[in-house]
Amino acid sequence: MKQTATILASCVIALAGAAQADEGAYAQEISFGEYGGVAEPLTDTPGDPERGAEIMVTKSEGNCISCHMVSALDFAPFHGEVGPPLDGVADRWDEAQLRGLLVDAKQTYPGTIMPAYFKTSGYVRPGQAFTKKPAEEPLPPLLSAQDIEDVVAFLSTLHWED
Amino acid sequence: MKFNTMTAAAALALVTPAMLAANPDAKLVVNGQIEMTTETEAPEHLDGLRTIRSGWTFRTEETQSLQMDDFDNPAMIYVDEARDAWYAKDGAADQSCASCHEDPESLEGLRAELPKWNEEAGKVYTAEMYVNECRTERMEAEPWGWDSQEMKNMTALISSVSRGMTVDVQIDGPVRETWERGKEIYYTRYGQLELACATCHEENYDMNIRADHLSQGHINGFPTYRLKQANLVSMHNRFNGCIRDTRGVPYEIGSEDFVALELYVASRGNGLSVEGPAVRN
Ligand code: HEC
Ligand code: HEC
Repeated sequence: MKQTATILASCVIALAGAAQADEGAYAQEISFGEYGGVAEPLTDTPGDPERGAEIMVTKSEGNCISCHMVSALDFAPFHGEVGPPLDGVADRWDEAQLRGLLVDAKQTYPGTIMPAYFKTSGYVRPGQAFTKKPAEEPLPPLLSAQDIEDVVAFLSTLHWED
Repeated sequence: MKFNTMTAAAALALVTPAMLAANPDAKLVVNGQIEMTTETEAPEHLDGLRTIRSGWTFRTEETQSLQMDDFDNPAMIYVDEARDAWYAKDGAADQSCASCHEDPESLEGLRAELPKWNEEAGKVYTAEMYVNECRTERMEAEPWGWDSQEMKNMTALISSVSRGMTVDVQIDGPVRETWERGKEIYYTRYGQLELACATCHEENYDMNIRADHLSQGHINGFPTYRLKQANLVSMHNRFNGCIRDTRGVPYEIGSEDFVALELYVASRGNGLSVEGPAVRN
């Protein structure tokens, strides 16, 4: 785990030199904390962890497992290894930080490969999903406000078992 | 933990192609004869990688073996078709490729230095551009579409006669501006997923992204035969697919932007062997 963290940290530095889009805007007003966390829930409806799990494994939704290994989601095949495994992630991050990572992980990890799930503009040659057709900004965010609350609720269950 | 109850197939489901990949020290020798350099020191201009590795080294043992003998390589059917086309007269001038070039083997070495500066045209030329110039100017025939079967077949033939030769694309002199443009594209993060070529092929190669084992994205094996498509795939077609996967809008196949990207990506593979037509999953 520690090793993964060091490798990822050096990736962030290497990517910082790459061409970047401007900052962009979000689907609703967002206030980030000092470390990229978002304390305020995006909706009034509490997140549903079961729906969150479904979003994470579904290709057309979060598709999170394409990059992250999650033991609790091992009913779905092909977990990637581009991002760190998310087992025990709720022991490392509080809810606000997890929400911030979903809204725009680049606020926590500048230059990260992880997509911003709630951002709507600031992209280079954005398309309408995977159709190759140009899209007008603001784009629909990759996940809705409620989707993000659901995923945060699921991630908050990922404690190391004791 | 409620979610553990969903666990079923576990172990088996998690076996991914990368885990079945061949030993990274495996040697690529084609037809027991052509020895390929599949791993070597990165060219000096390339800061992001220390070692460059052919896409072949990232594939499963099964896919790798298909490239080791021309009888097993499904791309060779297309190379044979191109050989027939080579000798077939076409167009108002009643000429074939053979009328000017004799055998396809006369083009040995060309693939290793493409794309390159064409002094007369005053721009960087790819294999497709040379082929179409011969067709329209010398044969007075219709040009082939960049991504047409005829063109992919012919570029596969052109590549096949240079197999084993070292990729050595020029990056200085008149091509420099085009090369710089290609480099800019390579490091730009496109689409709603904000991914650059470098994000996947420089920062995360050798990792699994879902079921795909990421290579360094070199083009020394192009046109490649993709088992998934059961056909040859051109470089620009591959670039197009990779940018689409960022939820972005790709440049046109055959556009100046993709020619620039082709030059830059080719130069990242300087030192590897020409492998085309290679076999990929
Ligand atoms: C294209 C790859 C990619 C995708 C898709 C992706 N992530 Fe990430 N994620 C990363 C990387 C890489 C990091 C580590 C940050 C870094 O160093 O860049 C990360 C970090 C995280 C972290 C912090 C982990 C820790 O231990 O610090 C969480 C939580 C997370 N991601 C959740 C998600 C969720 C939930 C989704 C889907 C809705 C998702 N990720 C989709 C690549 C990805
Ligand atoms: C989302 C990640 C991603 C991005 C971004 C991406 N690619 Fe790829 N690329 C892949 C995957 C997955 C494959 C198939 C496995 C492999 O060969 O890496 C691939 C394959 C390739 C191949 C075929 C390599 C071979 O040996 O057959 C080339 C060439 C390539 N990419 C070039 C590019 C270029 C140039 C860009 C930028 C315009 C780019 N890629 C952007 C994921 C990506």
